[in-house]
Formats: sequence, C-alpha cells, structure tokens
Amino acid sequence: MNVIELHNICKTYHVGELDVPVLKGITLAVGRGELVALTGASGSGKSTLMNILGCLDRPSSGRYVLDGQDISGLSADDRAHVRNNKIGFVFQNFNLLPRTSALENVILPLTYAAEHLTDHQATGRALQLIERVGLADRAHHEPSQLSGGQQQRVAIARALVNRPSILFADEPTGNLDSRTSREVLSMFEQLNREEGITIILVTHDQEVARHARRAIHISDGVIVDGQFGPGAAP
Amino acid sequence: MIPFRILRTIRTALKALRRNPMRAALTALGIIIGVAAVIIMMEIGKGSSAAIQRTIASMGANNLLIQPGTAASGGVSFGSGSVMTLTPDDAEAVRRECPAVRAVAPMVRARTQVIYGNRNWVPFFIFGTTPDYLEVREWTSLAAGEMFTDSDIRNASKVCVLGQTLVRELFAGASPMGKEVRVQNVSFRVIGVLTMKGANMMGMDQDDILLAPWTTVKYRVTGTSAQTANQSTSSASGQSSGVSQSVNSLSKLYPGQPSLYPVPSASQQANTPLPVRFTNVDQILTAARSGAEIPLALRQITQVLRERHRLRPGEPDDFNIRDMTEMSTTMSSASKLMANLLLSVALISLVVGGVGIMNIMLVSVTERTREIGLRMAVGARGRDILRQFLIEAVVMCLAGGAIGIVLGQGVSKLITFLLRWPTETSIAAIVSSVVVSAGVGIIFGFYPAWKAARLDPIEALRYE
Ligand SMILES: Nc1ncnc2c1ncn2[C@@H]1O[C@H](COP(=O)(O)OP(=O)(O)OP(=O)(O)O)[C@@H](O)[C@H]1O
Ligand SMILES: [Mg+2]
Repeated sequence: MNVIELHNICKTYHVGELDVPVLKGITLAVGRGELVALTGASGSGKSTLMNILGCLDRPSSGRYVLDGQDISGLSADDRAHVRNNKIGFVFQNFNLLPRTSALENVILPLTYAAEHLTDHQATGRALQLIERVGLADRAHHEPSQLSGGQQQRVAIARALVNRPSILFADEPTGNLDSRTSREVLSMFEQLNREEGITIILVTHDQEVARHARRAIHISDGVIVDGQFGPGAAP
Repeated sequence: MIPFRILRTIRTALKALRRNPMRAALTALGIIIGVAAVIIMMEIGKGSSAAIQRTIASMGANNLLIQPGTAASGGVSFGSGSVMTLTPDDAEAVRRECPAVRAVAPMVRARTQVIYGNRNWVPFFIFGTTPDYLEVREWTSLAAGEMFTDSDIRNASKVCVLGQTLVRELFAGASPMGKEVRVQNVSFRVIGVLTMKGANMMGMDQDDILLAPWTTVKYRVTGTSAQTANQSTSSASGQSSGVSQSVNSLSKLYPGQPSLYPVPSASQQANTPLPVRFTNVDQILTAARSGAEIPLALRQITQVLRERHRLRPGEPDDFNIRDMTEMSTTMSSASKLMANLLLSVALISLVVGGVGIMNIMLVSVTERTREIGLRMAVGARGRDILRQFLIEAVVMCLAGGAIGIVLGQGVSKLITFLLRWPTETSIAAIVSSVVVSAGVGIIFGFYPAWKAARLDPIEALRYE
C-alpha cells in the first residue's frame, strides 16, 4: 500500500536562457506508515524534491500520485486543498508568522480548513498540540520570544493541527543544536510509531539517517540508494 | 460554512490591520477627509436649497410678473422693458378675463432720492401702482394709516405709503403719518406705513419701498426721465409727458408752493380722461389663485394679451411673463450646480484617498510576500488571499467612512452654529458615503489583492 508514488519526476529551472535540470527522473514509492530519511549533498535537489512532494511546487514532467490521487494535473486551488488536508510541512527555516502568538500560528491552517470547527474547538485542538510539543507555557509567546528549538516545535504543531496522514520535514534540525535536534527527532519517531503518520525528512545527519527504517540518498538529481523500501517490490 | 470562512477571514484582516495601527490610520485618513467633505458639501447644499425654497414660499410664490418686450425677437435682443407694450388697460383686461388670476397690479418704477427734512434716502423700490398691489403681494395689513384708493389714482394724488426701512431711514423713530416727503421735488403726503416683510430671496430688502398711485409716479415723477431715457419711443406719450413736464417745471420754480392750477374735480376728470390709450406701464404684477394654477394663468394671460396686442399666430409675444417657479428653479438649479461642483471636488478627494489605500496595500502585499507564501503553503487558496486583502482594504475604507461621517456631521453642525449657514442632515449623503467608501475599498483594494492571490507559494516563501 503506497501512499506516495513518483514516476520519472523531472524538474528543470530556467534561469534566463539557461536550463538548469535539478531532478533528472526520480521514481520512488513510499508505503503508509514509513519513516524515510532523505539525504544528499548540498545542491543535490533535496529541497526541490520535498517541495514537489509537499504539493508546493509542480514537476516539469513525470507523474505524482499521493494517496491514490494524481497530483500532477491539479489546479493551484486543488493543490492548496491537498496541502491543507493531507500534508503537514515543516520548513527548514520555521516560517512562523512574526508578531503572532504561537497559538495563532498553530491555528493558522485551520483557518483554511474545509471542516467546520468552532473557535473553541480550533483553539482546543491547537492547545493540545502545543502541549504535546512541550510548549504549554509558551502558547501566547510570539516567535521572537521563542528559542530556535521552540519555534521549530511550534512549526511541527502547526504541521500536525489538521491531522495530516503525511508529514514532510525539510531539514527540521538544521538550525538546532544536537540536544534539541535529538528531542525533535524523537518526537518524529513517536508520531510515526504511535499515530502511524508517514514521515519523510531531509537530514544531513548520518545518525538520524540510521535511525530511520529507510534512507534514500539523492545525488545530482537522481536516487542512488534506497529507491525501494523494505516492503516494496521493484 | 462559507460565511463562517468569511467571518474568519474578516478576523484575520482585522488582526493584520491591528499589527500596524498607525499605518492603517494614516491610510484611512484619506477616506476620512473625503467622506467628511462629501457629507459637509451635501448637507450645506441641501440646507441652502431648503432655505431658498422657504424664502420663495414666504414671498408669494404664486406671483407672475408680466414685462414688456421679448427676450429675443428675430435674432435681435431688446431686453425686458425696452419696448413699451403694456398698458393699464392690459392689466384691467387680465383681471377681467383670466379666471386663474386672483389679483392684478400695474406697476411704474422709479429710482430716485426720497427727501424728508435734511434726511434723504434712495429706496430700492419706488412703485407706482394700484391698491391691488398689496393683495397681489399678500401684504394685506398696514402697520399704520391706510392704502391710497382708486380715486387717488384717477386724480394722480400726491400721496404715498412707505415701507418700514424707508420710515426708519427718513424719520428715525418719529411717526411719518401726514408728513410730506419729496420725490424729485414732488411732495407726497404719507398716508400709510406697511408692515415688515423682510428680505426677498435675492437678498433685497422688501421693506425699502415707497408705494404711490401709478399715475402720480408716471406723470409727475418719471415723466421727464422716461422721455429722455426712451427718445425713440412713440411720440404718443409726448402729450402726457408735456403735462407732467410743465407741472414739474413749476414745482422747480416755486418749491413748496401749491399748484398754480386748481386740482380738477372728479367730473372734470371724467370729461377729460387721461390719455390712457397711449400710456404704458413698466410691469404688471399678477398673482395666480394657487401654485397649481400658475401654468393655467400663464396660458390665459398670454392669450388675452396676444389678442389685445393683435399678434398674428406665429408672431412672437411682445411681452414676457416671469413666474417665481422659473425664478425658484433658476435659483435652486444654481445652488444645485454649486453643490454638485463642491461634491465633485469632495469626490475627487475620495478618489485620492482610494489611491492612497491602493498604494499602501501594494506596499503591504510586497512586505508580506512571505506571509502570503506561508498561508498558501498551509492551505490558503488564491481566493482566500484575495478576500483577505480585499477585506483589509474595505475595513479600512469603512472605518474611515464611519469616522468621516461623524466628522462631517460635526463640522456641518459647527458651520451652522458658527456661520449660521443652513445645513440639513442628509440620509442620502450618509448612505452614499458608506457605499462609496466600501466601493473605493473594493476598487482600489482589488489590484493589490489580486496581485497577492496570484503569487506562487514557493516563490513567495523564498522572497527576501
Ligand atoms: N528557483 C530556482 N531557480 C533556479 N535554480 C534553483 C532554484 N531553486 C533551486 N535551484 C537549484 O537547484 C539545485 C538544487 O537545489 P535544492 O534547494 O533542491 O538543494 P538542496 O539539496 O536542498 O541543498 P541544501 O542541502 O543546501 O538545502 C541547486 O543547484 C540550486 O541552485
Ligand atoms: Mg534544501
């Protein structure tokens, strides 16, 4: 049962007259409930791939099937809907709204959710997640009043607030010290183990990659290792 | 579900505005000033036109003024009063034959000094007329004495009735009754004083008036001047002018002396009637029975006068009739024009305010590109972003509009209080300001909002 299927995904940027091919035919399948680490050198195209997986960007060619739904042909609005309902995304640089409390930041995706929630329910759900990431006493702090690790935990709570089935994290520990990154990573492991959320995370840390049950290595726009998961047949 | 989403978007917009209250306030200032200006202009315009209506009503709105001459005939413009086509008999015929006319008064006008003792004054109106003048003007009661009579007119008696202003200027508080005032060296005995009427709608003092029998004014006062002023006029009037000239020259020789000739008795008068056939009057003032009968009265008067003047069909009228509705529409259209002019200036300031909003919204969209990218990344669709920025603009405009309405009302009240200008609260102004300010918000907020909605999430997130 694959939740993600990529078929020969290519991405080419156009800088002026110049074509910059970044992804050169990625074929990949990820099963439900997997925890996958994506590694590769800087500039190898990890973020580009993550943005395509997170429905933020569109591939130049190839087919992307998410949860049985073909994403490649969707309109911008439909992709927004998919982002809101099925996907949680944790950015490398947090991307929290400045001058807005942690609680408000976590509620943000609910503002655009199709499901009907009262204010009270929305706040309740957000507070519950904030508590879960260990920031119950910081709910009303603004990002500028939080440490890097705390900000990243707010970002994780925000990614989870719509109860997505898949979580993408682009270098979630890139800006954190080793102790906080271990905390964040164990939180991901816990989410994967207890909630069965499929998680794909980009990391440079070999330790982290070893922790994951599956590691995909990308180099120069192609997958060189881990294309096929432990359960998936070629 | 959809309204709920909109409610959330409104709250989001309010939060965004609250994050930068100073900028929002300054942006709204353009709208505040614009809306306040619109409100003030509309209220002043409405107040002044209401004041004009009231004045017109108070000065006998049903009056019709017949003047000789056409405004233009065959391309040649004579101007009113330049030809002498109206006679006292015309006035009599209008009275007799026009059922829609309530009262008629022929009028002879003069403009000269009135002297009493060592005081003198040039009243605005010296009218030679008939007793019916008071009825035409609905000026029924006198403050003192009584009006001259028809026999005074036949005899060209040197009697007069004065308005309050003239009394004040000449007599300074003393009673004028029975005193003699001089008009071009003709002595008039004061037999009555009019009640106060105040200014008319042109701002002219209606109490600055001297009324006398029209025959007296015609033959004794304006006789000479009329002939010199109108040398081209028919020699037919020469006879009457001759008479009055001799009277005047005698008065000049012996001022204050009684007339050398005995005053003709009524029977003498009847045997040698005044040459009324050749006499013209300057104007005929009539009153229609009611405002509704003004058009009917106009038609009847026109018919009677055309018949009497033997005008063939197709020939232009040799007279013109001015009614107060014409005047009042002229006045109110003039004030409406002024009000519209002011209003368009005010609307321009609203547009300038709108451009200010657009400018700020564009800056805001650029400044918040990352925020827009993030909102899109967590599931906002283009139209959610569009709505958010549009609502921000509309909220700013509506808030500005509300403050503008309060400010405008306050200022127009202040204007009434300080300058005594009439203003009137205009619901239309308030409603249209709300509509216009929301419209300004939508129109000028749309482009920035549309620009924001079209952003690509990944590019927006990458924006530095
Ligand atoms: N918008 C863009 N326009 C042109 N080229 C781009 C654009 N975005 C990325 N690239 C190029 O694509 C390549 C891959 O970039 P990407 O961000 O995916 O790398 P990465 O693997 O995430 O690296 P890092 O580990 O440093 O984050 C880079 O060589 C980069 O120059
Ligand atoms: Mg990257």
